[in-house]
Amino acid sequence: MKFTGTDSYVATNDLMVAVNAAITLERPLLVKGEPGTGKTVLAIEIAKALKAPLITWHIKSTTKAQQGLYEYDAVSRLRDGQLGEERVKDIANYIKKGKLWDGFTAPNRPVLLIDEIDKADIEFPNDLLLELDRMEFFVYETGETIKAEQRPIVIITSNNEKELPDAFLRRCFFHYIRFPDRETMEKIVEVHYPSIQKNLVREAMNVFYELRDTPGLKKKPSTSELLDWLKLLMVEDLPVEALRTKEQGKLIPPLAGALLKNEQDVHLFERLAFIARRESR
Amino acid sequence: MFINFFLELRKAKVPASLREYLTLLEAMQKGVPNYRVEDFYYLARATLVKDERNIDKFDRVFSQCFNGLEFMSEGIEATIPEEWLRKLAEKTLTDEEKAMIEALGGWDKLMETLKKRLEEQKERHQGGNKWIGTAGTSPFGAYGYNPEGVRIGQDKSRNRRAVKVWDKREYKNLDDTVELGTRNIKVALRRLRKFARDGAAMELDIPDTIRSTANNAGWLDLKLVPERHNKIKVLLLFDIGGSMDDHIRVCEELFSAARAEFKHMEFYYFHNCVYEKLWKDNRRRHNEFQPTWEVLRTYQQDYKLIFVGDATMSPYEIVQPGGSVEHWNEESGSAWMQRLLDTYPKAAWLNPVPEKYWDYTPSVGVVKQLMGNRMFPLTLEGLERAMRELNR
Repeated sequence: MKFTGTDSYVATNDLMVAVNAAITLERPLLVKGEPGTGKTVLAIEIAKALKAPLITWHIKSTTKAQQGLYEYDAVSRLRDGQLGEERVKDIANYIKKGKLWDGFTAPNRPVLLIDEIDKADIEFPNDLLLELDRMEFFVYETGETIKAEQRPIVIITSNNEKELPDAFLRRCFFHYIRFPDRETMEKIVEVHYPSIQKNLVREAMNVFYELRDTPGLKKKPSTSELLDWLKLLMVEDLPVEALRTKEQGKLIPPLAGALLKNEQDVHLFERLAFIARRESR
Repeated sequence: MFINFFLELRKAKVPASLREYLTLLEAMQKGVPNYRVEDFYYLARATLVKDERNIDKFDRVFSQCFNGLEFMSEGIEATIPEEWLRKLAEKTLTDEEKAMIEALGGWDKLMETLKKRLEEQKERHQGGNKWIGTAGTSPFGAYGYNPEGVRIGQDKSRNRRAVKVWDKREYKNLDDTVELGTRNIKVALRRLRKFARDGAAMELDIPDTIRSTANNAGWLDLKLVPERHNKIKVLLLFDIGGSMDDHIRVCEELFSAARAEFKHMEFYYFHNCVYEKLWKDNRRRHNEFQPTWEVLRTYQQDYKLIFVGDATMSPYEIVQPGGSVEHWNEESGSAWMQRLLDTYPKAAWLNPVPEKYWDYTPSVGVVKQLMGNRMFPLTLEGLERAMRELNR
């Protein structure tokens, strides 16, 4: 099993090494990076490349570690008990499997994505330490131990909103997805929109990287935003010249709403563009 | 096998543990990297570094420990002028000198002249690489240090081997002693959260309801709890004007991050040192101000007090009555500082001036002493230290 990127995902060399290390040594891979640089997509693509089933566990601020293992549905048991149903006698009927349980018992070695782990409570990663390390856990209600026969490929993403505990980090491989340079970015665009005009991409990239370099932006546009924007440009069928805003006399690039998501950023950019135009006269 | 490297890493404050080192060895044994130096570098990075802020340190140690490794795999292909130069420059120049070059600006122009000169030399010394030697003299040494990684003679060097990945220092920006952005600040401020449930019981506590219903032999017994709130209250005092003008951007960022992060946040401005007046709008400071006494009375003891200022002034402004540069103050700044600190035991001073320059300004030392050493640089790492101090 080796991951070398797919026809719809451009993986850099360092990313491939990290993924392959995680696959070979059966340890979780922690992926960090700016929002919109393809952290979640990575897991989907690994599953696609290895033809493995994908199990996704999205973490929210209210998610508890226990929910990933299993949940005991006391309310429906209570209801069944009051209705006198037969199945109430076996507690196993009310154990709901969580995503980790699914991952441990899947027939083929799956890819388990734990998405945005930093959104959860601080204790969350600590509560999963043993489970991810040994890939087994104990079900108190039924007294059975669930053990993974084949350890799933675990991909964990984080947006850096909280620090993860050291003990947790020690058990993972780590990869930081850097914002792609121009060359890689061109490859990424190529993979997503193979039929796009070359000169449109070139102009769009100019505008995009210029925008990213604007000092003081609150939210820099990232890869996924560039892709959205290109799609919009293609749908609107704008001529390439429209992107050369300076000649057009307009201040911000067309359809900039896809790139700048913050009112203050739009104002800032307008102001800078205005200054730049005044100076160029 | 790589014990030396591992120890150097730890010495450089990269928190790698034995377990991670063993993982690296295990991965080597299983043949994860393809016996290429680059792959080994990537693998070692993925195993030993768990935080992007440490990658830059890792890169530096790696290049130190495995210097020259590349030659072994690719044979000796002589000409590598700019790298040698950079190494040389790095050795001979101090950090301050480098900063000075950076601060001088006009990099592009310098680089252009240098490039032109290099081209001339290439023409004259065809084939030979002797000019590398002469290039090592002082002007090249100075220009050879290149923080942005601009390459001299770019068009030619493409055909030669590229700069080693770890020497590119691409993660320099992520070192937490350097960069601060709104988002980073927010994350750092988030350390100051303290959740508490108080107020009216409004939320249905499902686990407790189930438990007590079960205890109640199946008869429904509803349990309610109050909602969870962030209980932290913050009082921010900003130094404004004068020497603080250099730090406007970082202060703005801190302010907007704090605004977003804390529900109970109050702010006031002061100039150089706190006296009997504080104000909220700097333009109308002389008309609309708040007596400091009133501030002390308005906000309860459970507020955490954060000063933001460079503490750079004449020491008289702090210790002498009447020492203020703007008006006649009856009582000294230090008396007012002491009053504030007595009211708010949890306090910290954030200083946008880098820590290493603090010793050059006596007033910084005075303020630091007044604060009981609770002065922190306004970097991510300093901010985190400050939050930890406030949380204690």
